Amino acid sequence: MLSYFVRRVIAAIPVMLVVALFVFLLLRLSPGDPAAIIAGDMATPEQLARIRAALGLDEPLYIQFFVWLGELLRGDFGTSLISQTPVLTMIHQRLEPTLSLALVSILFTVLISVPLGVIAAWRHGSFIDNFVMSASVVGFSVPVFVIGYLLIQLFAIELRWFPVQGFRSLFDGVGPFVSRIVLPALTLSSIYIALISRMTRASMLEVLDEDYIRTARAKGLGERAVLFRHALRNAAVPILTVIGTGFALMVSGVVVTESVFNIPGLGRLIVDAVLARDYPVIQGLILLTSGLYVVINLLIDLSYAATDPRIRY
Amino acid sequence: MNMQTLNPSRTGGDAMPEGRGASRLLSRLFATRPKAVTLIAAVVLALIVAIALFAPWLANHDPLALSPANRLKGMSESYWLGTDAYGRDLYSRILYGAQVSLIVGVGVAILSVAIGLPLGLLAGYFRAIDAILMRIMDGLMAIPGILLAIAIVSLTSANLWTVMLAIMVPEIPQVVRLVRSRVLSAREEPFVEAAVLMGTPTLKLMIRHLMPSTIAPLIVQGTYICASAILTEAILSFLGAGIGTEIPSWGNIMSEGRIYFQIKPSLIFWAGLLLSACILSINLLGDSARDALDPKMKRRNA
Repeated sequence: MLSYFVRRVIAAIPVMLVVALFVFLLLRLSPGDPAAIIAGDMATPEQLARIRAALGLDEPLYIQFFVWLGELLRGDFGTSLISQTPVLTMIHQRLEPTLSLALVSILFTVLISVPLGVIAAWRHGSFIDNFVMSASVVGFSVPVFVIGYLLIQLFAIELRWFPVQGFRSLFDGVGPFVSRIVLPALTLSSIYIALISRMTRASMLEVLDEDYIRTARAKGLGERAVLFRHALRNAAVPILTVIGTGFALMVSGVVVTESVFNIPGLGRLIVDAVLARDYPVIQGLILLTSGLYVVINLLIDLSYAATDPRIRY
Repeated sequence: MNMQTLNPSRTGGDAMPEGRGASRLLSRLFATRPKAVTLIAAVVLALIVAIALFAPWLANHDPLALSPANRLKGMSESYWLGTDAYGRDLYSRILYGAQVSLIVGVGVAILSVAIGLPLGLLAGYFRAIDAILMRIMDGLMAIPGILLAIAIVSLTSANLWTVMLAIMVPEIPQVVRLVRSRVLSAREEPFVEAAVLMGTPTLKLMIRHLMPSTIAPLIVQGTYICASAILTEAILSFLGAGIGTEIPSWGNIMSEGRIYFQIKPSLIFWAGLLLSACILSINLLGDSARDALDPKMKRRNA
């Protein structure tokens, strides 16, 4: 058991190394002088020379890589070209809005999609099943920003239930926070709801044929207990996996949603960085989100091993 | 024979050696739908292709012509969908926008399959290549596609080619994994073992015996890549990190419409409607293709 945990954690290291190598090569191999890209358009020759020396561009490529890797491991992700603040500080400042948005979205997703999926599987082939299935194809195909603007048009401009844009911290009061987070969180969760409700349905359908479900019904358990205590618990593993693989969707959703609703989080940070060609910030965000992706999937894998005695390697 | 072997979903008949539950379940996510839906999707997509091909004849204005006197006009005899903030005709711009979306979608789908297929064949056949190549692919897959695309666009000049490259790079690992898993299971087939024993040259073995089993899933995967590439292109343009703003793409139209959204929502909604219809119909056609090419899948979901 322990050795499996250790092996899985060690197996994540080469993946992170490949990510770092790729991000490193992306800057070094892109057309043009890396120092010029790092320095931006307004750089003086002295600044260029300083950056060239700092990057060690005259050293062989592999030495540059290991020096850079060492800096990363010490927590030095570089400095923004525009604000001259360390990248990690900037990310730290923008973390709260993004975390709030992501967590509320996940809450919406679970509250909406799991019951929908369970009911769709339970009433397989019924109207509600077909409705859930069709709605999720549409939810999967309509771009996040189109959904965002539709929600703004309907609930903020026509009905005036919520403000059009903006963000307030939860620490400034629950009311302002909730009124501004509902629409963006619904926007961001739309694609997730589409995905997870389908996944729940498919996974439940698979489980509902099992012998132990028949046994549970035969011993006179109520449908609710059969569905949620016996079936859903066993159907949960693939649902969890999708949450992990759906992380990439979440990232692109966050970037777009924060732009639509003008939320000053990590998504806005990277869009502003792209518009300003602030490569160190882009690089830092890529490394951190990729790291997060690896960690999330590792935790999901490990949680299987911890909960499902059939999984042993 | 017990019930378990009769149930096709439990025999692992469609040979997905890795990710037992998840990948198989993912692939059957979008399944049950009536034939009429497929037909409608085909018609909608055909219309969008026609719009793209005949844009120069269908448009009644130059999509780039500025007309400061006619800024943000409503629908009229001359401007069918009104004008944008620069007085350009929205209707004509949206017609031309279909061209960009389709070029990017089809281009990225073809190129990522063309690159991923040989890599997947190599990884599935040669153990040594497999070990290295799949670690690289794991790393690439760990980088969220949109961020990778943003980074590539921000490092290069934003034109159609770099945007296509940026969208393509995150798609390739998916193709490689798909091809590799098919090759791994095809290698176990008796006819492949027979071919190996007969001393078939490696290249011929790969092309004649291993590649055919990858074609059907690749067609399906290709349509999904096409839909997701169109979406990613629109997102990149919408964020201001796409192809140059002088090109009328749906993403650019919506991006420029953002500031005027509260005055004139149609600047976003017309392009958004076409974009959604386009992606939806391609996804639905992909589902139909999968059902047609993999009858086992269809029966299982019926």
